[in-house]
Amino acid sequence: MDYFAQQAINAVQLGSIYALIALGYSMVYGVLVMINFAHGDVFMVSSFFCFLLLLVLPVPFGAALIIVMLATAILGVAIERLAYRPLRNAPRVSAIITALGCGLVIQNTTLSLSPYSQRMPELFVPVLQHFGGVTVSSLQVLIIGVSVGLMIALDFFIRKTRYGMAMRAIAQDRISVPLMGVPVNQIIAMTFAIGAALGGAAGVLYASAYPVISATMGVLVGWKAFVAAVIGGIGNVRGAVLGAYVLGAVEVFTVTILPSTYRDLVVYSLLLVILVFKPYGLLGRPSVQKV
Amino acid sequence: MMRWFKQPPPRGVLLALLAAGLAACFAIEQFGLVDDYVRFVLITLGINIILCVSLNLVNGWMGEFSVGHAGFMALGAYLSACVSVKWLGWGDPLWMFPLAVMAGGLLAGAVGLLLGLLSFKTRGDYLAIITLAFLMIVKSGIENIPYVGGPRGFLGIGNHTTLLWTAVWTVLTLWAIRNLVYSRFGRGIVAVREDEIAANAMGVDTRKAKLAAFVVSSFFGGVAGALFAHQLQFINPGVFDIVKSTEILVMVYLGGIGSLGGSILGAAAFTILAQVLQPLGTWRMVILPLILVLLMLFRPRGIMGMREFPWFVPRREFPAKEDKK
Amino acid sequence: MSALLEVRDVTMRFGGLVAVADLNLEVTQGHAHGIIGPNGAGKTTAFNVITGIYTPTAGDVLFRGEIISGRRPSAIARGGIARTFQNIRLFRDLTVLDNVRIAHDAHARYSWPGAMVQLPSARRAEQESIEHCTDLLEKFGLVDAAYERAGDLPYGSQRRLEIARAMALQPSLLLLDEPAAGMNSAETLKLVEFLGWLRDHFSVTMLLIEHHMQLVMTFCDRITVLDFGKTIAEGSPDEVRNDPKVIEAYLGQEDGHE
Repeated sequence: MDYFAQQAINAVQLGSIYALIALGYSMVYGVLVMINFAHGDVFMVSSFFCFLLLLVLPVPFGAALIIVMLATAILGVAIERLAYRPLRNAPRVSAIITALGCGLVIQNTTLSLSPYSQRMPELFVPVLQHFGGVTVSSLQVLIIGVSVGLMIALDFFIRKTRYGMAMRAIAQDRISVPLMGVPVNQIIAMTFAIGAALGGAAGVLYASAYPVISATMGVLVGWKAFVAAVIGGIGNVRGAVLGAYVLGAVEVFTVTILPSTYRDLVVYSLLLVILVFKPYGLLGRPSVQKV
Repeated sequence: MMRWFKQPPPRGVLLALLAAGLAACFAIEQFGLVDDYVRFVLITLGINIILCVSLNLVNGWMGEFSVGHAGFMALGAYLSACVSVKWLGWGDPLWMFPLAVMAGGLLAGAVGLLLGLLSFKTRGDYLAIITLAFLMIVKSGIENIPYVGGPRGFLGIGNHTTLLWTAVWTVLTLWAIRNLVYSRFGRGIVAVREDEIAANAMGVDTRKAKLAAFVVSSFFGGVAGALFAHQLQFINPGVFDIVKSTEILVMVYLGGIGSLGGSILGAAAFTILAQVLQPLGTWRMVILPLILVLLMLFRPRGIMGMREFPWFVPRREFPAKEDKK
Repeated sequence: MSALLEVRDVTMRFGGLVAVADLNLEVTQGHAHGIIGPNGAGKTTAFNVITGIYTPTAGDVLFRGEIISGRRPSAIARGGIARTFQNIRLFRDLTVLDNVRIAHDAHARYSWPGAMVQLPSARRAEQESIEHCTDLLEKFGLVDAAYERAGDLPYGSQRRLEIARAMALQPSLLLLDEPAAGMNSAETLKLVEFLGWLRDHFSVTMLLIEHHMQLVMTFCDRITVLDFGKTIAEGSPDEVRNDPKVIEAYLGQEDGHE
């Protein structure tokens, strides 16, 4: 039982980080109907931003979080501006290919600059607290707290503010919304900024929890978050969060039963099964094609 | 499919050229006319042509986006290696190797059939995700099979991929795909890309068209994988990752979608580029996807997009000369 | 008189929206049957149900006495129902000839492995398809454009090509969705002539949606009037013209409408 509770906490921690990344995939898909394959690598780079920042200037956790989120947001907007915006009216396939290409450029640039994994300096000295047989570190509390806080803030932003409303409007109808005076380009750039910033937060949190970072994290971790977004129903913000926690649990409990080499196999098989039987995810809705 | 200005040469000329080419490959192999490096590059070129034209069937002619081609390669590579090393290792490569390659292709084709079934309902982004999941499943699946070496890889594969075999398979692939593309199935595949609803309304069995495209594409992907394995003599799951798929994508979109000539051009350009960029190490993997992005931004259909060298077009497809106005 | 096509109590619902409600329709062999009605009356939805793009929420579609609703669109097309689309849906990047051949291919028999190894049967079928389709294009006055890209044709020729493509299926029933859309009166008159030729030459039964009253009244043998997804009148052009319900629902707005 203790063991189970311990694993459950680990699952929630992992799920929280996945959720932050998955939100970025899902928001962009919701607004642009495009899979931003590069997002996983944006997340990966953000942990390197954090690493570089701490190398130069040992700032406290909160400051590092904000600086990295800002830097990552700028990167996200830059990718949108340079690579995606020119293709907005091109065939959908072009956009997917470009996104995939951008992700690989980021990944391999990082790999070329840092061929080996880097050991992250400690951002936060965790305090361990024992509850019966279960150990909870203050770092875990922090990770879960920051993630949930950001998610609540995002939910509020999307539902209650003017900008959030504009985002949802564009997601509904990209043809007529611009005619009503909504600055589509700015809203889309903002979506990328927020998505990337959340990925940046995830980068910092991930690097604090698992302090060895490498260029392959975009594929190993970022794409898992993408799987989470698809499982939840890509384009649906709450679905992304749900999918992330489901995936976190699946991963953690898979490893308790099977050797850890089976983790990817199970995750991607799950993705395939979901896509076959529930193609629009747990909370997504199908779109109807007009004839 | 597009306007053409020239007629293909007489049939005899084509056959003679083909025979001369194969004879040259045989001579090179027999008398060692070129050094090992050139031979290696030529074989790589042939394999790349097979990969490019077969992926082009799905990504170009049919207009879908598959990132799973490296997965089909992996299936072909591993099964053919099992046949040639573990099961029929005692056999003479002369009959055993083609058998191994066929086996690899058939396995890939059978799995391609499953992916084709999934493509009935889902298209576009979702199909891309499915192919991605497929790629990851193949890779991590192989990693968990100790029989084929798991993550360490499969060692001791015979060096059976000769220049002649490569040439034979390349010609066979091009010929078969040309015949398919200029048949009712090929037109059905293109109709799916152009307008699936209209295609259905015009009686095109779009399911059959999709299955044909996926099965043929993955079969030849598997064949290429088998040749690849017996060229390198050592394979591991890490070789068949998203980077390998991206390489094939670069060839397809560089040479041109929906074009046999473009596929050859793309494969050739890529093969040369890959050799030139070799000294750059991992930066090579920055430049290749960058090329892909730039292509999408500036020339999304590639050099020969939707056009064809007249030599690859069956004679019947040309306007009859004077007899009919 | 036997009905070639029969639509029985068909209802088509999308979520809460009822696009077609209890539609009944009988198209007699050899007739030209018109469907008219204001925008949003469910005419195109009815076409999509007949051609199998949608499966009706309730009711059946019968063709030659057999239930076809629920079959796949391609099977229905091969069974003898061809159509055109309201906003032309050609295969724009293909040649005019290939557009027609794709529809003609529906009746070819060779298999795809056979095609890949160039079996003689496949070769013969290809040759036959080119000859047959060139002849067809000749009849439609498009043979000179046979090797041009379909998307490059002028608008009028694209409309004609779409009909030629439908006829390449060798259908016994042809569904035309607003064939006169975007045409002026002179062009419409020519279209009536063309449709008459089409009917006589191919002896094909026609079901057409049209807003152009003159065309419908002069060309059609029978007319069904839809409004809000329901049939509100049916009969010969004269009967429909004098039906008070029709005048109220549709013809009353005609002046402002066209």
